[in-house]
Amino acid sequence: MGTHNHHNDYNFSEQFTFTGRAKVVSLVALAIGIVTIAIGLLSNDHVTVERTYANLLLMGYYFTGVCAAGGCFLAIQYVTQAGWPSGLIRIPQAMAYILPVASLILLLIIVGGLFSHNLYHHWFGEGLTDPDSPSYDAIIAGKSSFLNAPGFLLRQVAFMGTYSICAWMLARYSYSEDLHGGLNSYKKSFKLSAIFLVIFGFTSPIWMFDTIMSLEAHWFSTMFGWYNFAAIFVSGLCVITLIVILLKKSGYLAWVNENHLHDLGKLIFGFSIFWTYVWFAQFMLIWYANIPEETVYFYKRWEPEYKPWFWINVFINFVIPVLVLVNRDFVRNSKILAAVCIVLLLGHWLDFYIMVMPGTVETHRAFGWVEIGSALGFTGLFAFLVLNKLSKHALAPAKHPFLEESLHHQI
Amino acid sequence: MSSHNESIIREPLVTGKDITYAKVTDDILLPVENKPNKAWWIGFTMAALGALLWVFSVGYTFWTGIGAWGLNKTVGWAWDITDFVWWVGIGHAGTLISAVLLIFRQNWRNSINRSAEAMTIFAVICAATYVVAHMGRPWLAYWIFPLPNQFGSLWVNFNSPLVWDAFAISTYFTVSLVFWYCGLLPDIASVRDRAAGLKRRIYSILSFGWNGSVKTWQRFEIVSLILAGISTPLVLSVHTIVSMDFATSVIPGWHTTIFPPYFVAGAIFSGFAMVQTLLLVMRKVLNFENYITMFHIESMNKIILATGSIVGIAYLTELFIAWYSGSEYEMYAFSNRIAGPYWWAYWTMMTCNVISPQLFWFKRIRTSIPISWVLSIVVNIGMWFERFVIIVTSLHRDYLPSSWAMFYPSWVDVGVFVGSVGLFFTLFLLFLRFLPGIAIAEVKLLLKSASLQQKSKLIKEGHLDSEQVEFFRNTLTKYDSVTDEEIKELETK
Repeated sequence: MGTHNHHNDYNFSEQFTFTGRAKVVSLVALAIGIVTIAIGLLSNDHVTVERTYANLLLMGYYFTGVCAAGGCFLAIQYVTQAGWPSGLIRIPQAMAYILPVASLILLLIIVGGLFSHNLYHHWFGEGLTDPDSPSYDAIIAGKSSFLNAPGFLLRQVAFMGTYSICAWMLARYSYSEDLHGGLNSYKKSFKLSAIFLVIFGFTSPIWMFDTIMSLEAHWFSTMFGWYNFAAIFVSGLCVITLIVILLKKSGYLAWVNENHLHDLGKLIFGFSIFWTYVWFAQFMLIWYANIPEETVYFYKRWEPEYKPWFWINVFINFVIPVLVLVNRDFVRNSKILAAVCIVLLLGHWLDFYIMVMPGTVETHRAFGWVEIGSALGFTGLFAFLVLNKLSKHALAPAKHPFLEESLHHQI
Repeated sequence: MSSHNESIIREPLVTGKDITYAKVTDDILLPVENKPNKAWWIGFTMAALGALLWVFSVGYTFWTGIGAWGLNKTVGWAWDITDFVWWVGIGHAGTLISAVLLIFRQNWRNSINRSAEAMTIFAVICAATYVVAHMGRPWLAYWIFPLPNQFGSLWVNFNSPLVWDAFAISTYFTVSLVFWYCGLLPDIASVRDRAAGLKRRIYSILSFGWNGSVKTWQRFEIVSLILAGISTPLVLSVHTIVSMDFATSVIPGWHTTIFPPYFVAGAIFSGFAMVQTLLLVMRKVLNFENYITMFHIESMNKIILATGSIVGIAYLTELFIAWYSGSEYEMYAFSNRIAGPYWWAYWTMMTCNVISPQLFWFKRIRTSIPISWVLSIVVNIGMWFERFVIIVTSLHRDYLPSSWAMFYPSWVDVGVFVGSVGLFFTLFLLFLRFLPGIAIAEVKLLLKSASLQQKSKLIKEGHLDSEQVEFFRNTLTKYDSVTDEEIKELETK
């Protein structure tokens, strides 16, 4: 309580040292990514260039989404006054802190993809909104007061910029709490969290409609925003859990135990079911009503190139977490939990793949060097940035008012 | 649950001085063990008169047929389904509080779960009456279940969301009832142990032989968690399926993919508002201020704010996508809602559901009992209008302009609705009279960790951070059950 170190001998000033294998591996992965993307973008084959852009968008969005999910996790734990996660809060903080970098990279990808016509060409192209042009598209023309390059880019900058500032400041407040103590940071974090959640709640569906749904600009679904939120939040939870487990394995975070893992696992379990719920509601209602302008989305994913993966997506992201994480002993076992997190992170990569590819490369999809290389590159970049940030501060928020509750958490 | 390690900055869940286990039992059983007061009788008489109106209106419907309602061939579904969805929605908070908040270890639920669950059950009963009243031939109500054809009916159409609804609601009702009743067992046993004569016999049977042994308590804990696990998906499933009654159709304004989670959020929103409406009166009339504290009121207001905003996001998303879709029918359905002949219903909905809860951003408003009470009713007015807007404005101007029509409720429509409110309050008032309105055993769990008494003791022992103690003292100023003197006593030297 008041002075935290009374009843235990944890070293709260412990810091992660980012050296050796972790640093080398993340940098090598990043280098592989850069080389892959460079080769892909410089290719003479139009399909390869487009496929590289699609993968860049997929990974940039995934990267930004996971960092934003870190910010959401932080904000939710402040507004709900959750005590249990305070001992591991430095991890989502590091993710939130690098959201500005992720956003900037995604913005570059979007700008590049838009003006090179490798992305968003369904609504951004010559003559689409000109009634005299042979490529005139009345539906696109009807949406052009929303789907136009300046408005689209302005929204991207405004939305991601605001999320970045909020997430970055939330992390900063906690770092300054270490130095100054007191309840000032806590009070400010509480307020900012509420503001962030309102902004994110009201604008993120539009951001997701813009970034992903508009790849197939005729199609629309009101659920699409919440479906994407579920996907990024499950992914964010898995990343947090995985980092916690890996840090513990390297001898850090002695104060985090299987009770905290259990709670993280329960959140992954719950949000995986929530993801399936919104996935199913979107799919079932469109299938049931069978209106052509809506079924077109699933029609494309019903083609032989995608159909097996379409169902594997649901299997990985629903059946596996439900069957494994329903068991108390499994959730509390860090090896099994880590395995589920890895499977789910691959699963949601597939989820985003199925959202992005049919509208970009269409039937020319593949799982090849472009996919692997870009995924490795972004994973390396993410790992490097997050671990680097983690190494800059103590691993425990020693002056967090709920830290004591977290240390004694038992379920 | 962090028991004695709870941070001092957490607000107390039980206030009052000299609260002992015995005093908790005495306080909560007061209305059960004594003759009801005048306020109860006045309330009960009014509610019972409403229930009589319900019996009369529903009886009239059965006698003359559904033609007694204001329906016409364009608007073939109006107040009946509006009221049904309204009641089912209200019946969501109980299970959310008892199950979801238990899973999230929110121990402030301990003081409000009992009456919220009771409220849920009565609301679902009211909703179920509409299902039967809808049928025109209620003696064939069993046709909604898949009985073999030998019974003289046709095997049900499993593709119909109405059939899913019958399953969802009956499952929900059963599980909620079992959950509520299991939670009641130790408290019924407390009533039994203090009663005599016939009353003792009756409560003895109702308590299922509860003996308070360690073994019994262990089973009680296990069964609570299991039932919470079973109920949690039900919180989602019921209103999801209610939403599918509409969303599987091809009617603009009904068919949209966001409906399931949006309906669930709306249901929790209206359910919490109804809990607030009931509890604010109950805590005052039955002197429960020490158990249902300002923290509970404020927390519920925050949930109303959060869910109201989620509903707001859904409304705006629907509006946006109606335009974005480029479908002229979708666009017309929404422009007709906003500016058509039912514009007043749409704007009542928007004002009550989205704008009015935003007032809860102000601490002074969410800690004001009269304003919270008024707003809780405003929310449920808004939620009634939401269903009315979705249902009637989508139907009254269909694809064929020559059949466009308006809907005017008949006196029977009004009678059934007002009557169902009477029925609901009759059941709730009877519940308060015969069963403990707060979970005695669960509130007792809080005394050693989350009570003001316990926190004062810790502060007086004096090992706490003075800034945190100051923070705690400041949170107490909003409590109407904590006096300035009590706050002063906690001053750190």
